[in-house]
Amino acid sequence: MSTLLSGWFQRDVFAAPLFAADATRSYTFLFVTITFMIYLYIGWRSRVRETESFYVAGHGVPAIANGAATAADWMSAASFIGMAGSISFLGCDGSIYLMGWTGGYVLLALLLAPYLRKFGKYTVPDFVGERYYSETARIVAAVCAVFVSMTYVAGQMRGVGIVFARFLEVPIWQGVVLGMFIVAFFAVLGGMKGITWTQVAQYFVLIFAFLIPAVALSRVLTGNPVPQIGLTFSDITEKLNMLQVDLGFHEYTEPFANKSRLDVLCITFALMVGTAGLPHVIVRFYTTPSVRAARWSAFWALLFIAALYTTAPALAVFARYNLINTLHNAKVESIEEVVSADGATRNIYHLSHTNQAGKTEPIEWAESWQRTGLITFDDKNGNNTIQLTNQNGAFAEAKIDKDIIVLSTPEVAKLAPWVIALVATGGLAAALSTAAGLLLVISSSIAHDLYIHFIDPHASEPKRLLVGRIMICAALVVAGYFGVNPPGFVAEVVAFAFGLAAASFFPIIFLGIFDLRTNREGAICGMIAGLAFTAIYIVGNKSMQLLGTETPLMSTWCFGISPEGIGAIGCMVNFGVTLLVSRLTPPPPQHVLDLVESVRVPKGSHEPEAHFDETDAEADNP
Amino acid sequence: MPEPDSAPNENAPKNPGASSSSSAYWRSNLRLIGVLLFFWALVSFGFGILLAPALNAFKVGSLPMGFWWAQQGSIYVFVVLIFIYAWRMDKLDRKHGVNE
Repeated sequence: MSTLLSGWFQRDVFAAPLFAADATRSYTFLFVTITFMIYLYIGWRSRVRETESFYVAGHGVPAIANGAATAADWMSAASFIGMAGSISFLGCDGSIYLMGWTGGYVLLALLLAPYLRKFGKYTVPDFVGERYYSETARIVAAVCAVFVSMTYVAGQMRGVGIVFARFLEVPIWQGVVLGMFIVAFFAVLGGMKGITWTQVAQYFVLIFAFLIPAVALSRVLTGNPVPQIGLTFSDITEKLNMLQVDLGFHEYTEPFANKSRLDVLCITFALMVGTAGLPHVIVRFYTTPSVRAARWSAFWALLFIAALYTTAPALAVFARYNLINTLHNAKVESIEEVVSADGATRNIYHLSHTNQAGKTEPIEWAESWQRTGLITFDDKNGNNTIQLTNQNGAFAEAKIDKDIIVLSTPEVAKLAPWVIALVATGGLAAALSTAAGLLLVISSSIAHDLYIHFIDPHASEPKRLLVGRIMICAALVVAGYFGVNPPGFVAEVVAFAFGLAAASFFPIIFLGIFDLRTNREGAICGMIAGLAFTAIYIVGNKSMQLLGTETPLMSTWCFGISPEGIGAIGCMVNFGVTLLVSRLTPPPPQHVLDLVESVRVPKGSHEPEAHFDETDAEADNP
Repeated sequence: MPEPDSAPNENAPKNPGASSSSSAYWRSNLRLIGVLLFFWALVSFGFGILLAPALNAFKVGSLPMGFWWAQQGSIYVFVVLIFIYAWRMDKLDRKHGVNE
């Protein structure tokens, strides 16, 4: 039908691009509507009546489904939209994200997930509180969980807003509100059960949306439809290396071009350990029917994640090659001053380049993305062409936001409008699935760990459920607010989230399972030491963004390690302090030793009595 | 404090390590974890970072080998490591009768 219709427009030079934009918008609208209806339907089907279903989906999620849900939970708007772009700009050093965000699953599968599943309670603070027989430890853990998840969720809502703004051209706040409504529907009705099954659907939406453009691009650029094979066996990377050198950059594959070796090592380690310590990922393993299923679902999760994470580096190479090829030496046809939807005045460059057939054609995608402000041109030397040569490590006459690499790739590669729409739908799926998982952690930390545990331990079943639901709504409103009015330092805060998880949760959960001698005093001192060290280092180094100081309050005095990687050292500090203090103070009581012995053995993970009377029992029998 | 039913009732392990079967199980588990984590560190921190410049003298397909390990190979190995762990632990669980 599109060929038929476009025949009508061929006489009019302006109509063709307009038609393409319209078609993209219609497809986006169609896909988004269909997928949202599916999410709503699943949410309605999965509504729950018990706390156990609400917090851990009744321990009834099969391993493979939990794997898909974990993958969707984990792969956020940042993985889907931002990561390939970051790698594209970092070159070889982009491997910090690739290895850091997948290697953590090995730690999770071998060291945490099976044992926490055996423990079987609802939340990470539950485990910390019981293993260290300490309400202080529980509170510290709950507050950390809320903080880590809140920083994350704001970014997700922002991602939703950006996708809506670009592809459906509605104001960002409307997109955020619509996204909030959808998440609220299935998260409030179905709790973890609704979230889980929606995430399974969202995984398939996002993975297809990521793979289809990558496959198409791989075929065009390398002749092989499998991006991983295209990347490894074609000469595309060699060609990109040559282009990079011609423009005055490092070779793309050169290691440590952008970060020092020690820094790459530390960031990778911090991201791995941080991943394994993130509460919204850990809590997914509570939902499986058995310890065995928890192990297998970690395998499925990483397999599903690897589908995107091994494609992303290929896409990063393809996109950078394509971008440089298209934009370098592009001719400036005219410059137009435009007031865009957000009220800013922008210079929109109308560019054209000469394609392989020697024909001059306009670069349409560059115009639509300039309107969002995510790509800007500045013909500084006034020679009417855009140069992408190296100037202080960046392109000389273009500023390209890394977030648009994935979103614009289908347009740059001139793929069909429905592919472009699919990418928008996938970005939404990635953002919404992660947001839902995070909201549940926030809700359970406040409702279950703090409110029910400390304020109203005798609450009835319906009341517990109600408190959980109210907390999800409250968290959603806060997240939505930050989505519309993002604090300027969101990117800085994400480093914080991983550093925090690495320096607090991972060491004490790990030692709680593997070292019987670790006691309350050790764990609390270790957590505080790790957290304080990491937080002070990050805030000190990022004080310009976080506190608004003129210069950073601190240099990178710790061997030049950047704030992103300091969680690795914070983790070591936590380990050291915990082990030392534990050995100087009395050992944990017998019932805690029995608990540790029991989580080490898979048998008995079905016992239902583990779950309900906990708070009552504790209140009666402190 | 709700022990999940005080662990295996028949053994009642009041003294950790008293039941030789469960401590043998735990030792085998630790050994397996140790071996797998060695390979985990080798491919990521070893091949992907510390040895990457040296390995770049060799090629995988048309990619420098250090780059390939960092951006492709290590991830494949991670998936295989978790598979081996889940599979070996299934066997270990059955051998020690702690499976469900």
